[in-house]
Amino acid sequence: MIRQVRFTDDVADLPTHKFGPSSLTWWGIIGYMVVEGGFFALAFAAYFFLMGHEQGWPPEGRVPPNPLAGTLFTIVILLSEIPNTMIKKAANAHDTERVRALMPIIVAIGAVLLIIRGFEFNSLNVLWFDNAYGSIIWALLLLHTIHILTDWGDTIVLWALMMTPLGFEGRRLVDTDENALYWRYVWLLWIPIYLMIYWVPRL
Amino acid sequence: MKPAERDKEERRLAEERKRIVRDGPKLKGAKLEARLERTWRRPPGFLGWLATVDHKEIGRRYIVTALIFLALGGALALLMRLQLAHPDNALIGASRFNELFTMHGSTMMFLFAVPVMEGVAVYIIPLMLGTRSTGFPRLNAFSYYMYLFGGLMLWGAFALNIAPDIGWFAYTPLSGPQFSPGKRADIWAQMITFTEVSALAAAVVLVATILKTRAPGMTLSRMPLFAWAMLVVAAMIIFAMPSVALASSMLISDRLVGTQFYNQFEHGDALLWQHLFWFFGHPEVYIIFLPATGFVSVIVETFCRRPVFAYPVVVLALISTGILAFGLWVHHMFATGLPRVGYSFYTAASMTVAVPTALQIFCWLATMWDGRPRFEVPMLYVVGFIVTFVIGGLSGVIIASVPLDLELHDTYFIVAHFHYVLIGGAVFPLLGILTYWFPKITGRMMNETLGKIGFWTIFLGFQLAFFPMHFAGLLGMPRRVYTYPAGLGLELPNLLSTIGAFVVAASVLLFVVNGLWSLYRGAIAPPNPWDAASLEWATTSPPPVYNFEHIPVVQSRTPLWDEKGELPVVTGLRVDEKETLLTTVVAATPDLREPVPQASLWPFIAAVATGILFIASIFSPWAILFGAIPAAIALTAWFWPKDMKRQPEPVIT
Repeated sequence: MIRQVRFTDDVADLPTHKFGPSSLTWWGIIGYMVVEGGFFALAFAAYFFLMGHEQGWPPEGRVPPNPLAGTLFTIVILLSEIPNTMIKKAANAHDTERVRALMPIIVAIGAVLLIIRGFEFNSLNVLWFDNAYGSIIWALLLLHTIHILTDWGDTIVLWALMMTPLGFEGRRLVDTDENALYWRYVWLLWIPIYLMIYWVPRL
Repeated sequence: MKPAERDKEERRLAEERKRIVRDGPKLKGAKLEARLERTWRRPPGFLGWLATVDHKEIGRRYIVTALIFLALGGALALLMRLQLAHPDNALIGASRFNELFTMHGSTMMFLFAVPVMEGVAVYIIPLMLGTRSTGFPRLNAFSYYMYLFGGLMLWGAFALNIAPDIGWFAYTPLSGPQFSPGKRADIWAQMITFTEVSALAAAVVLVATILKTRAPGMTLSRMPLFAWAMLVVAAMIIFAMPSVALASSMLISDRLVGTQFYNQFEHGDALLWQHLFWFFGHPEVYIIFLPATGFVSVIVETFCRRPVFAYPVVVLALISTGILAFGLWVHHMFATGLPRVGYSFYTAASMTVAVPTALQIFCWLATMWDGRPRFEVPMLYVVGFIVTFVIGGLSGVIIASVPLDLELHDTYFIVAHFHYVLIGGAVFPLLGILTYWFPKITGRMMNETLGKIGFWTIFLGFQLAFFPMHFAGLLGMPRRVYTYPAGLGLELPNLLSTIGAFVVAASVLLFVVNGLWSLYRGAIAPPNPWDAASLEWATTSPPPVYNFEHIPVVQSRTPLWDEKGELPVVTGLRVDEKETLLTTVVAATPDLREPVPQASLWPFIAAVATGILFIASIFSPWAILFGAIPAAIALTAWFWPKDMKRQPEPVIT
């Protein structure tokens, strides 16, 4: 430094991790949530833009998707919030052992969801190249599948990390907390998509 | 692990914690500098060069790469101007001309204008805020490599004669599978994907950096105006870029797997493209322009020796421009036919956005009026900016009016308008700010005489090149035509434009020559050569790898003017590992100590893997599936700690 300095405060006793908006990671996660939210919001806009041009939705001669698999998926993903909240609370309480015990449950739920998702693709009653209605329905379901898949991969990596000695570090518990926050976002975004794929065509 | 072992482990960590080395009265001056240098320098050699996460190195690469793309895009402009120099010219054929204007526009918008602003911000913002690093420095490195690979792909395609030829906004159905067979349109769309990923990453980095790493005491209301401008811009990128990413993904899938989004014969709609594209495309203009207004505020403040007049007005103008920019996109679509109320609404909105911009201009004028302006090169560029941008802004208000727009749509009047606002509004302030920050970045001053000659040639050359285009447009010359017949009165304006274009090119060349000459022969720069007020000037020129020995404390908007004598600093950051200080979002009180990631090759490898995925998916949809595997591995390795032993305090390995 060029000028003479005057020492004021000492920051050595500050913590190296905090939960929520104090943490830099939280801002990164929120940033990417807004990016993805924007992506989904515009896809929703495209859906209603295409729908606005039509006399019927789905276009004449098509039947709406079969809602069985999608509804099952919705129930499971909503229930997943129970273990998710438990993990979030355990992380905030610095209870690494409990996080370790609960992580396999949420990973298993992710796997179940991905299997049900396969059946959902099979119950759309339209293919992506049939018409623009089919294209946008497939796009919404595919986008959300990518969302689930990336968060699932993420959670597996985090689970592995929490099993190492580093699982006791505060910053890793912040990661766990934020991963749980992200999972909330994944299921929250699913609700409008569920309605748009299965129920708007039935209105 | 058993509780007894846990306790033993905790005792070991507590013991080691006591031995951590921190800055403070006992460790300062040359000894501290040497220690910090050892901790912060990156690994040596080419691999270390690829692995760097230093925001200054990445920022420099961003700037240099973007300037190379500016030169390439400019060369294409010269070719186009040569072809248009006189009527019925046969120098360049119609289809090659299509490639030239597509490459020119795409390069300038996606590979020059946005990245260069991000690059300058990535370099200077942490210095301005008084911190050691950007947030997420590895993401920052990844962002640069994605941008670089996107640019290389586009220009590689041009070299292989498969350049896109569909215009920089790639309207469907022209860009769709029916009218653009082959891979040209896909190259364009994937270039978009590369630059979107890059810009979004940089935007997240900037938001986190600006909100969380400011020096203690630098409340939001004391933040430099350039940081405000970049905060607004980063937020705009986050809201706008997903739109074009969605649009171009849908275009690729129409072309690759037969979806029907834009196919009107299968319930799709070509206008959906225009809505999605311009919902991004209009904010994009402000994403380019607002950083430049930040540059102007910086330069005006320093060269008038006075804080910018009405700081809150400037901040509110930045924010309201950022918001209004999202309500204007339909004015690009007046010629597609709209409901009456749509015409009225978007005309009104387009005229409204002139208000906050005008407020900013009045604030700068008031600053000059009240201050003591010194007309050195950066300040000259500000004057050139105000004159040129006001002309471009006024022609913008003209074409916000629907009847005039319908008359002038897709003519050279539009070409004149957007070059006035983009070159006048963004490139002039950029050249000014590069001259201004050149001593900070390189440690040497740019030559003042060459700089002044350069300013006057580019300012006058620009007017010569682009003012006649207004008349060519009024005479009915459409944009994007590769030639025109004689006898329509278009000869003179086109010849003048061509001469002007070469004057501008000569001036840019002079800027480069000045830069290179000054890099080796320029006068050695002191830490604060312009006697400026913000924190980047509190450290050496160029700054050391760790930026500041101690984190400075700020008590006003212009700290270096107000802190006569000693600079207040905080102590207690560890110096045996990379660490920086986080402060609270609004009040900037010290909040956390934050480990800074060490250099890593993984961002580079992740960018290569993602790049292979993107390029391969031009040819097969399966590439997305198989390409995702290496990309996922690289991203995991990037995040995964390389050292599993617990440290007394967290370290990001």
